[in-house]
Amino acid sequence: MLTPEEQREIEEEAAHFPLRRAASIDALRVVQKHRGWVSDDAVKDIAAFLDTSPDDIDSVATFYNLIFRKPVGRHVIMVCDSVSCWVMGYEGLRDRLKSRLGIEMGQTTSDGRFTLLPVVCLGACDRAPTMIVDGQLHANLDLETIDRILERYP
Amino acid sequence: METPLTAKIRPDGEMIDLAAYERAGGYQAARKAMRMAPAEITELVKKSTLRGRGGAGFPTGQKWSFVPLGPAAPRPKYLIANADEMEPGTFKDRVLLEGDPHELIEGMIVAARAIEAERGYIFLRGEYTDAAARLSRALAEASAKGYLGRNVFGSGADFDLRLHLSGGRYMCGEETGLLNALEGKRANPRAKPPFPQVSGLFGKPSIVQNVETLCNLPHILDKGADWFVKLGLTGDGGTKLYGASGKVKKPGCWELPMGTPLRELLERYAGGMRDGVRFRGVLPGGASTDFLTADHLDVPMDFTAVAKAGSRLGTGTMIVLDDKTCPVGMVHNLEHFFAQESCGWCTPCWSGLHWAEEILWAIESGRGTPADFDRLDHVTKMCGPGNTFCALAPGAVEPLQSALKYFREDFERHIREKRCPWRNGQ
Amino acid sequence: MKIVVDKKEYEVDPRENLLEACLGRGLDLPYFCWHPAMGSVGACRQCAVKVYRDENDARGRIVMACMTPITPNLLASIDDAEAREFRAGIVEGLMESHPHDCPVCDEGGECHLQDMTVMTGHNYRRFEFPKRTFHNQYLGPLLNHEMNRCIQCYRCTRFYTEYAGGKDFAVLKLRHLVYFGRAEAGVLENEFSGNLVEVCPTGVFTDKTLKRHYTRKWDLQMAPTVCAHCALGCNVTAGERYGTLRRIVNRYNGQINGYFLCDRGRFGYEHVNSPKRIRSARARRDAGAAEIPKAEALDRFSSLAAGGKTLGIGSPRASLESNFALRALVGPENFYAGVSDASYDLLAAMLQVLRQGPAPASLRQIEHGDAALVLGEDVTNSAPRLALTLRQTIRQAGLEQAEKMRVPRWQDHAVRELAQKDHGPLFIATPYPTRLDDVATETYRAAPDDIARLGFAVAHLLDPASPAVPDLAEPLRALAGRIADTLQAAARPVVVSGTGAGSAAVLRAAADVARALAKAGKPVAFSLQAEERNSLGFAMMEPKPLGRAVDAARAGEVQTVIVLENDLYRRAPAAAIDALLAAPHVVALDALETRTTAKAELVIPAAPFAEADGTVVSSEGRAQRFFRVYPPAGGVQDSWRWLADVLGLLARPEGLAWKDLDDVVEAVARAFPSLARIRDAAPGAGFRIAGAKIPREPHRYSGRTSMLANIQVSEPKPPEDPDSALSYTMEGAPVEPPAALLPFFWTGGWNSIQAVNKFQEEIAGPLRGGDAGVRLLDQAAGGAGTLARAPDGSASVPVAGYLDSVPAPFAPRRGEWLIVPRHHIFGSEELSAEAPAIAELSPQPYVALGPSDAAALGAAPGAVVNVKSEAGSASLPLRVEPGLPAGLAALPAGLGPLAGIPLPVWGRIELGR
Ligand SMILES: Cc1cc2nc3c(=O)[nH]c(=O)nc-3n(C[C@H](O)[C@H](O)[C@H](O)COP(=O)(O)O)c2cc1C
Ligand code: SF4
Ligand code: FES
Repeated sequence: MLTPEEQREIEEEAAHFPLRRAASIDALRVVQKHRGWVSDDAVKDIAAFLDTSPDDIDSVATFYNLIFRKPVGRHVIMVCDSVSCWVMGYEGLRDRLKSRLGIEMGQTTSDGRFTLLPVVCLGACDRAPTMIVDGQLHANLDLETIDRILERYP
Repeated sequence: METPLTAKIRPDGEMIDLAAYERAGGYQAARKAMRMAPAEITELVKKSTLRGRGGAGFPTGQKWSFVPLGPAAPRPKYLIANADEMEPGTFKDRVLLEGDPHELIEGMIVAARAIEAERGYIFLRGEYTDAAARLSRALAEASAKGYLGRNVFGSGADFDLRLHLSGGRYMCGEETGLLNALEGKRANPRAKPPFPQVSGLFGKPSIVQNVETLCNLPHILDKGADWFVKLGLTGDGGTKLYGASGKVKKPGCWELPMGTPLRELLERYAGGMRDGVRFRGVLPGGASTDFLTADHLDVPMDFTAVAKAGSRLGTGTMIVLDDKTCPVGMVHNLEHFFAQESCGWCTPCWSGLHWAEEILWAIESGRGTPADFDRLDHVTKMCGPGNTFCALAPGAVEPLQSALKYFREDFERHIREKRCPWRNGQ
Repeated sequence: MKIVVDKKEYEVDPRENLLEACLGRGLDLPYFCWHPAMGSVGACRQCAVKVYRDENDARGRIVMACMTPITPNLLASIDDAEAREFRAGIVEGLMESHPHDCPVCDEGGECHLQDMTVMTGHNYRRFEFPKRTFHNQYLGPLLNHEMNRCIQCYRCTRFYTEYAGGKDFAVLKLRHLVYFGRAEAGVLENEFSGNLVEVCPTGVFTDKTLKRHYTRKWDLQMAPTVCAHCALGCNVTAGERYGTLRRIVNRYNGQINGYFLCDRGRFGYEHVNSPKRIRSARARRDAGAAEIPKAEALDRFSSLAAGGKTLGIGSPRASLESNFALRALVGPENFYAGVSDASYDLLAAMLQVLRQGPAPASLRQIEHGDAALVLGEDVTNSAPRLALTLRQTIRQAGLEQAEKMRVPRWQDHAVRELAQKDHGPLFIATPYPTRLDDVATETYRAAPDDIARLGFAVAHLLDPASPAVPDLAEPLRALAGRIADTLQAAARPVVVSGTGAGSAAVLRAAADVARALAKAGKPVAFSLQAEERNSLGFAMMEPKPLGRAVDAARAGEVQTVIVLENDLYRRAPAAAIDALLAAPHVVALDALETRTTAKAELVIPAAPFAEADGTVVSSEGRAQRFFRVYPPAGGVQDSWRWLADVLGLLARPEGLAWKDLDDVVEAVARAFPSLARIRDAAPGAGFRIAGAKIPREPHRYSGRTSMLANIQVSEPKPPEDPDSALSYTMEGAPVEPPAALLPFFWTGGWNSIQAVNKFQEEIAGPLRGGDAGVRLLDQAAGGAGTLARAPDGSASVPVAGYLDSVPAPFAPRRGEWLIVPRHHIFGSEELSAEAPAIAELSPQPYVALGPSDAAALGAAPGAVVNVKSEAGSASLPLRVEPGLPAGLAALPAGLGPLAGIPLPVWGRIELGR
């Protein structure tokens, strides 16, 4: 079931479209904001709320990169793997994160603290390499700064 | 040197709020626009020679002129700011969005007036959380003042402007993919014709315009078309936000006259190459443009001259390749991006880019064969302009085809030595 | 308009795109995502050609033919080397991850992907990396899912969700990993899912029923036949191997089914292979029943038929010929309708209404309508293919709007994006919610009498000369006003009704609406649905009502009852049928065991549709010939032939004269002037092309010399077919036969069903020489009437005046419910319900009430309740059906212990113990 707050937030978006179902991405984002990810049940609830089918919603949900259809950790690290960051040392950064956290890209640490994901160019190429943690941008990264940044996310 | 787009941006990185924006002369252009006839604005913008800054460089005024006007036109009409900015290597719209959100809003009011749009969306990529917060604030400020919503500036016209956050896909930046995304669908592109000007968002006339393009409008209204034309050095009017990333001394983004030569950008503004590395090539306008090399450094960075040199101005933000970076690895990285972002609609793109990525990784990891050249050539041909449904794939193969031209020896060396010379130490 | 392709001039229709123009002119150009009924979306990029600015343009540019409109003097090349190379490259791309599993793929040998791969000349793989792999889903008993074979052409979702309105299917993910399926595995809900078998150009969606007795297309013996499972008369091709029916595929008919069938029609065929099949004659002797040889069966049959008063009970599911032969045997005065008296009255009313005009419309005419009223009929469940058609009808407004904006109709997604969710008007008035409601402009839920009143009210608003409706409640008056205004404003209004609600008033009300529109000069597409394959043709033979046969039997006046292809226990309350079958002698002819055959002293093995020849008349009044797919084994033969044999033994003139089907057809045509045109339904048995018959077996049919080697080593002589121009061989006519005799679509290089392109006059137009069947009700006779245009806008047909009485408003009763029939696509129809896959999808018997009535009764869903009516009682689980109005209950039509009671009927429902 969608919470009243989720419903209100989705309704607010839907009201600005001529068709309810147009708010599908907004709805997915709302649910994810509150729950971290979008479960199969949530897909069904959103579908019902927007007068469409779960298949229709899932078709949209599985298309987009920022919609998580699997549970994620408390903090989501998204490392930019696009060209400028790659030139500026993405691979080293990625390997450091993997070994620090003991997981592969796409995985979540066993304590549920971090999920590590690649992301495309974050539009901060002049400050490469970059990553975002819980939506917050971290730029001009090097192997040392990473460690300090991670500590800020208990 | 005039820098109209960025002049109001605060050096401390904070956004300029409504009061400050108005003190600096903001929203005068919007007021003026409301007193002008829509066709008059379009004429002015046509005369200014303003071309789209989102990558394709289509003349803005001309684009508007296809929108049906008057009481018989279908309603509502939509104006959408394309703030998706997901082209790798591109970070110019972010500067405007975070620094001067009111400029975008004012530009949208002007454009909305020109096409008589009563609804607008700012389609922002989801990762731009700072920009989202600032835009929200700016929208609230402008609405509170009655600059948005009902009866804009007392003109009798409505303009309801909403911020929409993307679910995240490069295809959302393609204008028709964006329309589908805004309708809450998969961001597959749409067939053209019919063009969005006639049948766009929800089947209604729509204009999609890049952030930087829109931000030019208040200034064109303020200072006129002639002023704008003269800003440019080479005939393409206006200034341009140029940027550079890669191993240059001072990566960054600068507003400069349109047509500033590549060499000047690289050496004067980006400060030249970092110590210990040498210039090998550059993608002049983002990930989907052809490489240029040292031979092209005197090319003026405008739409015409860069095209003549065999690439595209694109977004005007360049990515520099140096001699300590593997060109094959770099192209692999690029094709990985494009293959991953292929929407899966048309065959050359989803199959070709996947294949290219696989081949490039094979070469990079020492498993390449001479036959791979033919195959890569084949993919670039299959994905050429006109062969695919949208411009993603043709853009995707631009760096590949030019790398095969300019850095062929590096590919051959990988194949010959069955390894990447950069990865395993030189 | 003139275009030039590879230096040759062609005359083409400017409304087509270049791909259609090329295919329509017989040129080979490969494609995947384009579909003749679904238009172009430009996804696969397979149909690339070169176009040139003018004669001096030597380079040209590559375009997708499917996305290229025809312009005057368009210069194009299919053969251009660069275009050819590009097309080969596309197939190479499509094949990257394809498993190349043709030998074990059910699509092999009739695979569009195979055909196109061969056509483009792609031979050697250059993609050397791992293929992507998927998990497949369980999709129910009808379809297999093998996603690894997918080539991402998007046809499946476009058909399932966009064309057919399905909700439980989608495209998931992106790039080369696009996945077509359901969000979660499970039974596909849409009634047209089976079309995916043909829509999918490769083997992702294949026929699960075929898989259980798999046979390649080239090894199937095939014949053109007509679907046996409703009255629409969809054309199908049935295929056989080793004496069992293996599958049904669509047989294109431009006026009826076009490219698509419903799932009942596609998967219902397996009743023919049922263990309940009667394979030899059986007679009841002292100590039970025993098989008897054919000669003995005929002896007994003829002596029973000759010995005293003999009644013949005909059948709406049997052919005209079989019914006629029975009528000949017993005499017209003893020929009775094998339907309930209520159905009989409905059919008579329907026939009368149709004869008065406007003449019934074809599905194609309905599809091209622009506003529709459905009165009383749950078409998805009673005439399913019509529901798919109505989904296209409501798109016409959008298509026209698009055309006004110079967006061609075939630009499928552009048209949909322009129209968004706006669609043309569709009003649905039915007793319970229907599966078309999702696209209805407005729905109205009410008892049949109130539905009729709505119809009459609409008619009266359209034409004050039609009867007025007294005491019309305000909401209903307003609704009638909106409907009348809409139909009035429409250019091509559609009015659909039928016998499904069991109400003649509903039928007549619909007819009045249609007449009023016709009188106003509208080319109205009017359509009434009958229940069974040959209901209308049967009614045209003027049988007597069954009730009178029962009366006669009760009065002891009857010696022998002959029941033709009919389970009478589905037609009338058991008590009545028991009385009828208590006659001293009962002979039953049928293909499957039923409660009726169980009562018969003599059971005669009749051929089921796939083993029989004959003529049936659809709801459209279209007479169509169907043909045997294979000769029946053992003693089975057509009912008409059994009856002709008996007539022969009795030395009756008909029996002596009737040598083959043509003779019986001729006799029917002579006896009934209204059926005279059935002669032209298909060419007769003497038809030849260049002296040859038309082979039922494809040219690559294999194993002919050895397939029976376990029985006899020498190759047997192929059986003769005296009744048609088709032969049981692979040799024969070298050119294509007329549409009515087309056993399959297959031509050089086009092995899949998409070969149909090569058989049409133009793409999606009629088959060459005209679509099969003859319309019998076009020159509607009778009654003085005004003149109006026929649905196609051409001819003029007379329209009779109004002569109807309007029923009083429905009055709910205390403690009683009006029980209406609720139709089920799977389960309500007798024969398909015997197919295992369909049976799996059929509901269990139930009685339904609306939520408030259920609550008032104090019964929870699933609780057992007792249903009692004059015609019969039973204990049934309760189903709560939201939308069913108070005072109404529903029983599943044709299903469960009360299948025989004629509905609607008043009954009591009480909590069971
Ligand atoms: C794959 C792809 C991605 C694109 N992404 C963007 C983008 O992020 N922002 C943008 O302004 N234009 C983008 N474009 C260009 C748009 O399609 C469109 O041309 C542009 O928004 C029009 O605005 P303009 O005329 O002001 O440049 C993209 C194009 C393609 C093919
Ligand atoms: S080129 Fe084709 S597959 Fe690629 S993004 Fe565009 S439409 Fe989608
Ligand atoms: S058939 Fe033309 S692009 Fe698919």
